[in-house]
Amino acid sequence: MKIAVLSGKGGTGKTLVSVNLATVAKSSTYIDCDVEEPNGHLFFKPTILAEKDVSVKIPKLNPKLCTGCRRCVDFCKFNALAIINNKPIIFDEVCHSCGGCVLVCPEKAFSEIDKSIGKVQMGKSGNVDIYTGILNIGEATGIPIISNLLSNKQDTLDKPVIIDCPPGSSCIVMESIKDADYCVLVAEPTLFGVHNLNMVYELVTLFKKPFGVVLNKCLDGDNPAELFCIEKNIKILAHIPFDPELGKLNSEANIVVKHSDKYHNLFSSLLEKIITEVANEATTNS
Amino acid sequence: MKIAIPVIDKNLNSSVDASFGRTNYFMFYDTSTKESVFVENSAKNNPGGAGIKAAQTIADNGANALIAVRLGQNAANVLQNAEIKIYKATDGSAKDNIDALIANNLSTLSDFHKGFHGRN
Repeated sequence: MKIAVLSGKGGTGKTLVSVNLATVAKSSTYIDCDVEEPNGHLFFKPTILAEKDVSVKIPKLNPKLCTGCRRCVDFCKFNALAIINNKPIIFDEVCHSCGGCVLVCPEKAFSEIDKSIGKVQMGKSGNVDIYTGILNIGEATGIPIISNLLSNKQDTLDKPVIIDCPPGSSCIVMESIKDADYCVLVAEPTLFGVHNLNMVYELVTLFKKPFGVVLNKCLDGDNPAELFCIEKNIKILAHIPFDPELGKLNSEANIVVKHSDKYHNLFSSLLEKIITEVANEATTNS
Repeated sequence: MKIAIPVIDKNLNSSVDASFGRTNYFMFYDTSTKESVFVENSAKNNPGGAGIKAAQTIADNGANALIAVRLGQNAANVLQNAEIKIYKATDGSAKDNIDALIANNLSTLSDFHKGFHGRN
């Protein structure tokens, strides 16, 4: 069972929810798809068991074959190629590895070479298997790393796989939730929070994913994100209070459920709810 | 000499656009004919690599010099390959900057930023 945790912006509580869900399960897999700034490892402090490089294909020009026809430059929608004095210039870090220039070149002047863009680490911390994707700074996209992370044959039958997504609702998030069985949207109790919640709400609706919302940083009084959920008839899975004790534990990179019975109960019941939701979904669709 | 300047409006008195890659127009001023031509910046709304594409426009229009407030490293690479001199814009209009360049009062621009790419 793959559970993706996402939110419209950073700092909402994706990693808090993901790390604690993974920890309350008897055994689980945690996958950090926030490859631009993976921070789940700060909490798990895993023993690294394996590491592999992730590379993409980028074009390499054979200047002897190039006639300067410019088709490659005109084709590249990412502006990764320029041409001066009939000589193409390739900007590796702007290239999105689409392979288009290689295809359109009538002289077959391009070949493809591997370029490392980051790595994937596999580790273990207690009963949690931990996969972390790390994108090198300045690279165009983390998608190849995320697809590499999720292509691992994690055992999904008897243990939950928690996917800690990147913030937002762009391509890298789509890649992260593509194969998820359930999506958990984490939201803040502000109007800005509602705006961001709406972005991921639209995304999971578009992807026809079953989902529910975790309201984080809840205060007394009106919660605009909660009102949004009620209005849209969205399932609310849990309320996490705006609590200094929780904030302190979390800011010191502690896994909250290991230090507090109250939060252990909260996250256990959240996990149970999600598992029930996924089971219901499976029955409805079978 | 043909001088290129990123400008906000299509006239000589326009201010110089602080952004090179995402400016509205490029003005090309020919010092021998004293004529100026305005070219729309096709890179303006590109999600990435705008500086590279804008620099390509500068080169394709045969400029010998560019006056800009700031410039990214990628754009600078394209311009340097094309042997286009890069000058740092001063306060004042596009025309003021052209006059300053002709009077040899502009310094060359050589510290290029790494590109914003979503960062600040």
